[in-house]
Amino acid sequence: MFKTFRRGGVHPNPEKLTRDSEIVSVPVAGVLYLSMNQSIGAPAKPCVKAGDVVEAGQKIAEAGGFVSANVHSPVAGTVRKVETIRNAAGFWVEAVSIEPSEPGVPLPLPDKTLDNALFADAMKLEPKEITARVREAGIVGLGGAAFPTSVKLSIPEGKSADTFLLNGAECEPYLTCDDALMRRWAPQILAGALLMARAVGATRVLVGVEANKPEAIAALEKAARTMPSPVGVVRLKTKYPQGSEKQLIEAMTGRIVPAGGLPVDAHVVVDNVATAFAAYEAVCLGLPLTRRVVTVTGMEMKNRGNFLAPLGTPIESLAEAGGGLPQEGPVKVLAGGPMMGQAVAVLSAPTVKANGGVTVLAGMDILRRVEKNCIRCARCVDACPMGLQPHLIATLGKLRLAPEAKDEGIMNCLECGCCSYVCPSWRHLVDYIRIGKTLIRKELKR
Amino acid sequence: MSMQLIVTGAPHIHSRSDVSKLMWNVVIAMLPALGVALWTFGMPALKVIGISLAACLLTEWLIARFLLHKPFTLFNGSAVITGLLLAFNLPSILPWWMVVIGAVVAIGIGKMSFGGLGCNIWNPALVGRVFLLLSFPAAMTTWPVDVPSGVDAVTGATYLSQLKHEGAAALQSGTDYLGMAVGHMNGSLGEVGSIAILVGLVWLLATRTITWHIPVSVLGGAALMSWALGGSPLIDLLSGGLMLGAVFMATDYVTSPMTHSGQLIFGVMIGVITIIIRRFGAYPEGVSFAILLMNSFVPLINRYTRPQIFGAREAARAAKGGAR
Repeated sequence: MFKTFRRGGVHPNPEKLTRDSEIVSVPVAGVLYLSMNQSIGAPAKPCVKAGDVVEAGQKIAEAGGFVSANVHSPVAGTVRKVETIRNAAGFWVEAVSIEPSEPGVPLPLPDKTLDNALFADAMKLEPKEITARVREAGIVGLGGAAFPTSVKLSIPEGKSADTFLLNGAECEPYLTCDDALMRRWAPQILAGALLMARAVGATRVLVGVEANKPEAIAALEKAARTMPSPVGVVRLKTKYPQGSEKQLIEAMTGRIVPAGGLPVDAHVVVDNVATAFAAYEAVCLGLPLTRRVVTVTGMEMKNRGNFLAPLGTPIESLAEAGGGLPQEGPVKVLAGGPMMGQAVAVLSAPTVKANGGVTVLAGMDILRRVEKNCIRCARCVDACPMGLQPHLIATLGKLRLAPEAKDEGIMNCLECGCCSYVCPSWRHLVDYIRIGKTLIRKELKR
Repeated sequence: MSMQLIVTGAPHIHSRSDVSKLMWNVVIAMLPALGVALWTFGMPALKVIGISLAACLLTEWLIARFLLHKPFTLFNGSAVITGLLLAFNLPSILPWWMVVIGAVVAIGIGKMSFGGLGCNIWNPALVGRVFLLLSFPAAMTTWPVDVPSGVDAVTGATYLSQLKHEGAAALQSGTDYLGMAVGHMNGSLGEVGSIAILVGLVWLLATRTITWHIPVSVLGGAALMSWALGGSPLIDLLSGGLMLGAVFMATDYVTSPMTHSGQLIFGVMIGVITIIIRRFGAYPEGVSFAILLMNSFVPLINRYTRPQIFGAREAARAAKGGAR
């Protein structure tokens, strides 16, 4: 039996066009732009200046607070500038631009085999030391949330975690970066998970993968047999948003995270498989997070695939590697997948740590239809995994009735998009809910 | 044409479900009952349906165009449903101008006065029907004489009106269940063919246009109440407009509750109230009143059956534990 969460969810066409594609390293771009805003929390502070020569893996920016992350240079090269650039959404952010000394040469792929000796040594480290190494490496949640992983691993006073969950659900349509990673580096991923489980004191380690990734499940099961302590591989039903933290915890452990609470309130810590891989590289090999696997996909992308790209690679360079953007008609370039990904407004914006995909949608079908009246069909209520009434909180958000929206639980919304996806009136429910949430956050700041 | 970069909020894909598609699915589901109406009542039925449809569409168009200045919305199918449903709720020999009045009231007052599709509180077709029933009680309960009531050899009456006026004893002999099920009985146009309506229900469920909750709870509630009052549940289900109401009118998205638990309460109450009106009310049939009454309760039902927010119970428990 496949496990899943109970409430809501939808079944979009998975469209895993790149499911069989092996990871290929892309040529390093002429200039890499390393954004200082690569984590949720405070921006990082640059610690290099124009003209500095940097090594591959050298720290170029310090975390700007507890909830923040260091940034490192993916390549050897020269700092061109500390400048403001526009991010994918079009907002101005600070960035360090680096001219690689060897542009056009792809980064080497990580070793396929796990270094057991190094791993065994690392498993003897103090939990605090593991967290410190993860922090130094600038690791953030690579599933898309970009929450600094070291903060997650620092269990607050008075709380405890007994279970460490590894998130390999990858429920987002189109994306296959985690799938590719699991197929290729399953032992390293599980090693990273065991190290992080040690850091939080969890005795149970489970990895959850949706049933539409049988090769990844097989690879993980094989790798689990070679691990020093048990790792359970849990098969999950293919259903969106299975990879959402709270839904995943329910599916895999049956525990419910209290509304407004964190996974640790259910004694669980969840991390993405890509984060676990980064943790393995950081703790065992001393490598900072400077590159990631990005799925470049879309029907129109002839050379689509899973690419290992240095952080800071312009999104348009990735699109180029994937076969180039369509030349005609309406095109959407998404940082991420189609359900939660962000439509890119500035194609020259750089890849950031949280960005697992460049999804290109083209054709007249991608245009939003004109909104019609809500016919109260309740499809959104059925689809909402958080037990909210999307039609209601969206209307309250649209009318800017922040207190009422808050009473109806708008802050519990994941923005997973299930409601907008099913709405037969094509109402832009998530847009309005975001307006409501923004108003409430502003209110809180005041 | 060069590339045009589109930027919007997520999600960027859609299930492609569409209001028009849902509405036309309902229209398709009504076709079997339409066929039975034509078979049982002949050409007069076709006339009533045609007039009702034309009047509903014209009223909607006029109001949308000249009063609300809204874009053309005729082809979303909702006015077609109202037109068909109104006709389904009328006797086949109703004078044409009464049909027109019913249509104008249904669309004009029942729907457009609230702001159009999605805004109305009561089922528009039933608003039209009840307006006609109260205004022209005689014409609205005059049935063609050449159609049997469902009881042997009695014509020009419906099963329920006979039950009301002559008592159950008069009907003991010769209830023609099969005739009632296939539509060989008297009544409003669309309510006579129970089997045809159930075929429509299967279509609605198969295309996921509606869920089972409302039809099943309406019929279940009515059967239960009928049994509790010592009646025959089967006769109550097969006679009058109960089946039509349960499948096509109580299930109207706009005027029914948003949660499944709310839909069950709504449905059961419609069934129960229908039987109460049939047994104790002044009218032989009570489905329309029951549905309109429960339509009025929908906001209240929605309020008390809201879904549980994920983790809210656990959060409340944690808060309680912390206080202790």
